[in-house]
Amino acid sequence: MRIWMFMVLGLAALVAAPILVIMAHLFVPSLEVWQHLATTVLPRYVGNSLGLMLGVGAGTLVLGVSTAWLVSMTSFPWRRFFEWSLIIPLAIPAYVIAFTYTGLLEYGGPVQTLLRETFGWRSAADYWFPQIRSLPGAIVMMTLVFYPYVYMLSRAAFLEQSVCVLDASRTLGRGAWSTFFGVALPLARPAVAGGLALALMETLNDFGTVDFFAVDTFVTGIYRTWLGLGQPAIAAQLGAVLMFFILGLILLERWSRRGRVSHTTGYYRQLPRFQLSGISAGLAFTVCFLPVFFGFILPVGAMVIWTWQTWNFVDPRYLRMAGTSLSLAGISAVAAVGAAVLLAYGRRLVPGKVTGIAVQTASLGYAIPGAVIALGIMIPFAFLDNTVDNLARTLFGYSTGLLLTGTWTALIFAYVVRFLAVSTNTVEASLQKVTPNMDGAARTLGLSAGQTLRRVHGPIMRASLLTAGVLVFVDVMKELPATLMMRPFGLNTLAIRSYELASDGLLKESSSSSLAIVLAGIIPVILASLMIARSRPGQT
Amino acid sequence: MSLQKGTKTIFLTLPLLVLSLIFPAVQSAHAAEVNIYSARQEHLIKPLLDEFSAQTGITTNLLTGEGPALLERLRSEGRNSPADVLITVDVGNLVAAKQAGVLQATRSAVLEENIPAQYRDDEGHWYGLSSRARIIYYDPERIDSTKITTYEALADPALGKVICVRSSSNIYNQSLVASMIAHHGVEQTEAWVRGFVNNFARRPQDNDTAQIRSVASGECAVGIANSYYFGRLLASEDPADQDVTAKVSVMWPNQDDRGAHMNLSGGGVTQSARNIDEAVKLLEFLSSQQAQDIYARDNNEYPVNPQVRPSGPVVRMGEFKADDLNLSLIEKFNAEAVRVMDRAGWR
Repeated sequence: MRIWMFMVLGLAALVAAPILVIMAHLFVPSLEVWQHLATTVLPRYVGNSLGLMLGVGAGTLVLGVSTAWLVSMTSFPWRRFFEWSLIIPLAIPAYVIAFTYTGLLEYGGPVQTLLRETFGWRSAADYWFPQIRSLPGAIVMMTLVFYPYVYMLSRAAFLEQSVCVLDASRTLGRGAWSTFFGVALPLARPAVAGGLALALMETLNDFGTVDFFAVDTFVTGIYRTWLGLGQPAIAAQLGAVLMFFILGLILLERWSRRGRVSHTTGYYRQLPRFQLSGISAGLAFTVCFLPVFFGFILPVGAMVIWTWQTWNFVDPRYLRMAGTSLSLAGISAVAAVGAAVLLAYGRRLVPGKVTGIAVQTASLGYAIPGAVIALGIMIPFAFLDNTVDNLARTLFGYSTGLLLTGTWTALIFAYVVRFLAVSTNTVEASLQKVTPNMDGAARTLGLSAGQTLRRVHGPIMRASLLTAGVLVFVDVMKELPATLMMRPFGLNTLAIRSYELASDGLLKESSSSSLAIVLAGIIPVILASLMIARSRPGQT
Repeated sequence: MSLQKGTKTIFLTLPLLVLSLIFPAVQSAHAAEVNIYSARQEHLIKPLLDEFSAQTGITTNLLTGEGPALLERLRSEGRNSPADVLITVDVGNLVAAKQAGVLQATRSAVLEENIPAQYRDDEGHWYGLSSRARIIYYDPERIDSTKITTYEALADPALGKVICVRSSSNIYNQSLVASMIAHHGVEQTEAWVRGFVNNFARRPQDNDTAQIRSVASGECAVGIANSYYFGRLLASEDPADQDVTAKVSVMWPNQDDRGAHMNLSGGGVTQSARNIDEAVKLLEFLSSQQAQDIYARDNNEYPVNPQVRPSGPVVRMGEFKADDLNLSLIEKFNAEAVRVMDRAGWR
């Protein structure tokens, strides 16, 4: 037990180091700057951030849970297609979908141009058209690409839950809707809440979309305070406030779950799907089709056309950039899932406040914008590098150079710090469904804790581990600010290429690398999705 | 005792030494190469670097990023930073880099000959490499050009809600406002920004090209953008872009007084540089006639080298008078400019 405790604390301390560096900035006095922010821009940051969270929260919940329930529990035409395709919008970075829809819907875009030509309108004053670059626009964009978080985790929960309780509910006279809301949903709640928390944290942390849409949030405020006002310490303070806010969200969610039974019996059999037909089947089809169409088919279609139009911008280096992006994402996914299993399992073995706080602290990285994390890592790592280098120089007259910050190490560490919460949430939610009885049985039969993890929990949690890995993988593929700041020499990713072109106004030209990000992300997403579908315990 | 301590240190350092042999960060000092941190985007700077390598045989390694973030990185990497040269898009960033102590003074007869004194640091910490003007674009059918001949005139309430400009987070806008502060002081500038903001046709958004396009599409009647964006549209063979340049006219502001606000891109040799000779050679190349010509022709910027005439499509935009404001003032007033814009509600 002691060893698990040490491992959890050690890992948590390592991951928390950059977060603590940021927190240390809280003690830098800054009353005057805060007054300026509070009287000018802060109310707007807070208002927009809250508005975004409410909108995206509601949107992802409705889309994610309804589609997950439909494909898991009912049968309708094309259900198998939707099972995996509902996940794929996740492969599109929010900023990319924002670029694409803006290209389509802005004043000079094809849609409005066609409308003007058709109806003979001459200027913007002649008609009304919804402004895509707005808070509602940002809510729609983020809902379209973040709902898969809720979908994936809800679906994994629906798949892993025993049918017995659902049968019991039906036998005892509850209808389908009542069973869903009264039994299935509460049982899936940890997973649904986990997915929602991920979507909300992504929302709070998004920079590309809100910046492009001219919606000022906390994160744009952090960047602006740092780069514009030249106040990195105050930026870090804003980052710390954001972190506390997320911490509050997490605690609220945990508190709302207290006293609930979140595991069911271990008895599984084939899921009996309700056969839908006629209007209800059509409705189910529509509900599942719309997110896939607007979240993937339409924007990717536009990207394909634009890539074709700007073919001279595609060059052979894309292959190497794609390789770099894929390797970075793959290594980080494995590292983050490994760390998450260690944390979640250690916490289960050694319950108590200390491990709880340690795990919680380690998961805070997701709440911090990538650039702030990079700042938090760069300061201690560069110090470490320079210390080692100085030591080597004095002792051996040999320079070691930058061992950490000059290599992939620091960058991958940044990804793990940033995305550990993604994997931890998923793994923990899944681990909660493994009853303590199983642990007891395994241990009684002579397995050690490690063996129990490998031989009992591993197979049960396979779907969730895969989900966690894919989530981290895709997140790393899309990550921008930390990559921009921490990448070593010669390292270039697709996200950087896409962003540089788009931010320079070359929207169509950027679509080829955006498309490559999507394609590179989509294959593992589909593979994992298929594996998840096949991984239901007790299913052959 | 000392032996014991020594052994311990070796045991601690040995793995690190092995690591350092494995990782590619430690480069051999013999190959002729130069490492560049650049705030200029890859697709803009790479053609120049390729030409440099072709001529000199010196390999270039490029890392791009945002100016202030690159500066932060240089600062934390200290003397171990692999960077030999820092290239930025705004003079404010160069001045800030000098003040942070990450640039070193370099002297070169070539640089001093190629670059006029007002475009380089007195002590040789940084050198300007290209310049561009932040100017006014307008729809001649909707706007009487005599009403918008200065930046100051854009705050006139009589103009109406016609202006499109990007957000105040953009460094070019910050520099413009900083230059106004340098000329008029904070109070007067704040009053100007308020009037200016009041004339916005829409919430500030998007990049410079989009502002010009918005004037062409009729969404706004006046736009603010850097000169090379219009040059790029002029150079484009896309009929949509040609349509934009046909509908939009260029106004060089403040031609009767101080001149148009200019923005300088430039570079300097870092404090940590190991390839100093190569670094200086690169700066010399970038200031040479050939490179300056590429800057002008391919990036539509104005050369700083007086030997080089502007070429390419920007020539069609005409001659103009440039503001020769002391560039270090722009950096000095940058944070103040952001505060003024915050207070005046320029998002």
